[in-house]
Amino acid sequence: MNFKINRDKLFRAILYGSAFFLIVLIFGFFITFILESSESLTKFGFGFITGKQWDPVDGHFGALPFLSGTLITSFLGLIISFPISLMIAVFLSEYFYKGFFHNVIKTAVELLAGIPSIVFGFWGLFALVPLIREFQLSIGIEPYGVGIFTSAIVLSIMIIPYTASISREVISMVPTDVKEAAYSLGATKFEVIRKIILPYSGSGIFAGALLALGRALGETMAVTMIIGNSNSMPTSIFSPGNTMASVIANEFTEATDSTYVSALIEIGLLLFLVTALINLVGKYIIKKTVQF
Amino acid sequence: MENQVLNIQNFSFYYGETQVLKDINLSIEKNRVTAIMGPSGCGKTTLIRAINRMHELTENTRTEGIIKLYNEDIFELDPITVRRKIGMVFQKPNPFPTMNIYDNVIAGYNLNGIKLKKSDKDIIVEDSLRKSALWDEVKDNLYKKGTFLSGGQQQRLCIARALAMKPEILLLDEPTSALDPKATSHIEELIKELRSYVTMLIVTHNMGQAARISNDAVFLYLGELVEHGKTKKLFTTPQDKRTEEYLTGKFG
Repeated sequence: MNFKINRDKLFRAILYGSAFFLIVLIFGFFITFILESSESLTKFGFGFITGKQWDPVDGHFGALPFLSGTLITSFLGLIISFPISLMIAVFLSEYFYKGFFHNVIKTAVELLAGIPSIVFGFWGLFALVPLIREFQLSIGIEPYGVGIFTSAIVLSIMIIPYTASISREVISMVPTDVKEAAYSLGATKFEVIRKIILPYSGSGIFAGALLALGRALGETMAVTMIIGNSNSMPTSIFSPGNTMASVIANEFTEATDSTYVSALIEIGLLLFLVTALINLVGKYIIKKTVQF
Repeated sequence: MENQVLNIQNFSFYYGETQVLKDINLSIEKNRVTAIMGPSGCGKTTLIRAINRMHELTENTRTEGIIKLYNEDIFELDPITVRRKIGMVFQKPNPFPTMNIYDNVIAGYNLNGIKLKKSDKDIIVEDSLRKSALWDEVKDNLYKKGTFLSGGQQQRLCIARALAMKPEILLLDEPTSALDPKATSHIEELIKELRSYVTMLIVTHNMGQAARISNDAVFLYLGELVEHGKTKKLFTTPQDKRTEEYLTGKFG
């Protein structure tokens, strides 16, 4: 009997320990970032976020080009990807909810999530960049090919699986009797989807989009390869730029002096905070909109 | 017959290879309540779900024969029209959880994209809620979510929602099976009162309920229509031995 109780206590201790460990880990991350970036933090203060110039030679570091690069590529990617993902989800849960075709598409979506980002980068570089270049030539702007727009497109494809599979999951959870009630009033399938299913699963779909956005914000490899790695403020969605993640990846090995390293780490801290903030705001919105 | 709202002729229903309903003939008169009785699995629900073509939402179903609403075969109309003319109330109360009470009642119009003036909507909502005896209980909370109501109130809300479309027929699929006795008797009273507005077909497990609220009764057994007649007559002097056995509790 005593043994049983002890075992139970041990089990509880392990559970508590694991959960607590996670909190320690997050704080650990946070403290390391702050300590390592303290030089840059004290030197540039708030000007680090608003500064438009990133000049390692001059020792002048402002992260606004990267902050805007990250936000623009991610949100643009989400805007492009969201309608497509949602339509895939509706298609899979309401039109082809079983059978061969359903499985093929579902597997394809899952496969998309499993492709390493470097492969996406390669694809973007060799397939998408020439196309964008053609397009830029045809509308008479500088044909970089690489840039913010190209990155947003590749990101939009990379994040499809997140929105699509979560949306599919929540859409298929809409109770049959609620859908039947709508059909029995003479609604068409389209009307049921638009006025019953989507409102019902709205907050879940939003959560899926949020997860996708989080993925886009932090995506490094693919973006680094196709964004053009320019450290000046982007002037249009076609101009080359840099994101927070890509500038770290690109310049970490070149950072020679301590201010430079510390500034890059501060970018890491900033990315960490931006991602956390967007997640918290998103969770708050979900909480506010769930009514049943 | 002029009073005939619904006329089911030689109607058979197949689920895959299995025949669930066998050559049903049944005519329903205006402003009467017809109870459909029978043991589990006899095809009661299948029959009423075929009347508003809800069975088409299920794959692998097939029908034979015709169902006439007045003079039109419902299988020659489009299902949308059929469902607007034939309302349905389900076993479990299923108000739309995303909508408030007002929007639930007017949902049929909103779903179908029918634009109405606010004043017309107000009239329909009040009228439907009064008919379903819910108005006095909810008139001060019309913009609250329908899911906060009690089970019985939710079911009356669903009845109001169906009535708002001004259907020719209201199909009720065991509407009280998920409710407590008090709410059940409330719904039964309501059905009796609604007779003057709408023709009703009610599937019920409960013989007492059928006796209390229906004018006519139908006894289905193993997919066959065994007997159809005035409720009183069917309960007191059943013509078929199977009806008698069912009514006296030998099976079912």
